[in-house]
Amino acid sequence: MTTAPASARLTLDRRVPPFGGFNLTYLRIELMRKLRNRRTLIFTIVFPIALYVIIGVPQVDTPLTATPIAQGGPSVAAYIMVSMAMYGAMMSATQTGAAVGVERAQGWSRQLRLTPLNPLVNVIIKMIAGMLLGLFAVAATFAAGAFSGVQLSAAQWISTGLSGWILAAAVFTALGLMVGYLVPGENAAQITSLAIVLLAFLGGLFYPVSSMPDFMQSIAAFTPVYGISQIARAPLTGEGLDLLWVVNALAWLALFVAGTAWAFRRDTQRV
Amino acid sequence: MDITTSPIQSAPAVAAAGLVKSFGSVRAVDGIDLHIRQGEIVAFLGPNGAGKTSTIDMLLGLATPDAGSVQVFGESPRGAIAHGLVSAVLQTGGLLKDITVRETLDLTASLFADTRPVEEVLQRAGIAEIADRRVGVCSGGQQQRLRFAMALLSDPGLLILDEPTTGMDVEGRRSFWNAIRADAARGRTVLFATHYLEEADEYADRIVLMSRGRIVADGTTTEIKNLVSGRIVHATLPGADPVAIAALPGVDDVEAKGDRIAVHTRDSDAVARFLLTQTAARDVEITAQNLESVFIALTSDDAAARPAGAASVIATATATATATASAPEGARS
Repeated sequence: MTTAPASARLTLDRRVPPFGGFNLTYLRIELMRKLRNRRTLIFTIVFPIALYVIIGVPQVDTPLTATPIAQGGPSVAAYIMVSMAMYGAMMSATQTGAAVGVERAQGWSRQLRLTPLNPLVNVIIKMIAGMLLGLFAVAATFAAGAFSGVQLSAAQWISTGLSGWILAAAVFTALGLMVGYLVPGENAAQITSLAIVLLAFLGGLFYPVSSMPDFMQSIAAFTPVYGISQIARAPLTGEGLDLLWVVNALAWLALFVAGTAWAFRRDTQRV
Repeated sequence: MDITTSPIQSAPAVAAAGLVKSFGSVRAVDGIDLHIRQGEIVAFLGPNGAGKTSTIDMLLGLATPDAGSVQVFGESPRGAIAHGLVSAVLQTGGLLKDITVRETLDLTASLFADTRPVEEVLQRAGIAEIADRRVGVCSGGQQQRLRFAMALLSDPGLLILDEPTTGMDVEGRRSFWNAIRADAARGRTVLFATHYLEEADEYADRIVLMSRGRIVADGTTTEIKNLVSGRIVHATLPGADPVAIAALPGVDDVEAKGDRIAVHTRDSDAVARFLLTQTAARDVEITAQNLESVFIALTSDDAAARPAGAASVIATATATATATASAPEGARS
């Protein structure tokens, strides 16, 4: 340790950072951390594309609706593409939420309490980084779809992509945060990953709900992936939104947000 | 240099009164008052479980006191942190293992309104060579230096260090304290908790001794040492007459172990003169009371059993500390 280059007298007239400490440097580092993490990239980007290639690509020429593909109808591949893109966005979102719990267990949130950073702003920065990665996942899966011959109208590309991305991010960041605050340590990430696979299956991302046995169908309609994925895929068929889907999505979002808010308040009191 | 008259320049670095913190039925902090002037280097001493860390947590706003008040530079702890006025190196502070040392500092710096350059704190903490290393592969000592660098970023008016040199080697420890000393010369207040008595003895202007959630002594290093008065005269004297020695002026206690005697006295010269001229004593040695003996005397079970005696000791120490310490403060401003 060398002697102080800063020999000027200490002054105490200091400013408080604006926006509770929100800044792009932190956001950039958060995003870099995700992009450098091989496991994150495999689960959020490689895995959905691989599943699409295995399940979706062989059905590029299978029409999803009564309208033939030659007349502009969507293919089953497009349906699977949107599902897989959502799976990637969900993975990114939950991992982001769970990471808050891991970092708390490691004492990093305590370290951050020694800075002006507002704990809520900390969560917001992480959410944005998680959403950006989710956007990459959606874009990558859609690129794979387009490359393999999926043809949709511009409105369909944009509406399915945006709604899938935003709905998955909103509901599952909240779920990840809730688990992250409730379950201390590394377990949070594992629990949520497992939960997502199960919920994705139940909600019809890997296997169409309509092909499930009746009792499974009635269970599926109440699980959190079901509502948002039905809404996101609605533009493909051109059917309107079912009220049940919207209620499902809003109810789960409200539940997870409330759970997160409760756990967050409990957590900041304890730090 | 301008003479600033803003209230913050004259506010005490720490003003805590009647702090109480309990965990379940355990009173970790049991009503302490702590007043630290700007520019002081204060060692916070005490055995494990004395309440040092709980007190530090309250100064930093990491814990809310059950009773009492605490202000840092005249603000709430949280307000002082938001202004970058106080920072800390804690034992419990975690680091992100997947980013580099430099990224950790870039990130921390981005959270403050005003900071020192990252390159500068890298240099000062002695980790410039490992700036691009991932935190996860850094040694414990290197991670501790990184925490120190993070704490320096905001150029805080008050730096709080909880066992700061744990995991550092002797050389690292020395250069760490040199850096702290250089900072204090610029007017930085430093409060450090330690269990290395020699660190407190060598580097602190003032020692606050905690035991069982209370402050049992508070004063300059010399004053604290004087709390256990006098010196000890050792000598080898076969067939010593303890009664005759105990009768000498100033002698508090005489211990004999075999041929070796230890005389606790307030007048070591008189005892030595007596031993060398009136007896066959040889190998005469005079030792001063060290901090360790004070530490043991004030934090032992015995000390707790006599609260009245301990209380008077504090009162004396605090009074003298205030009187002697106010002079340099006036000279500085």
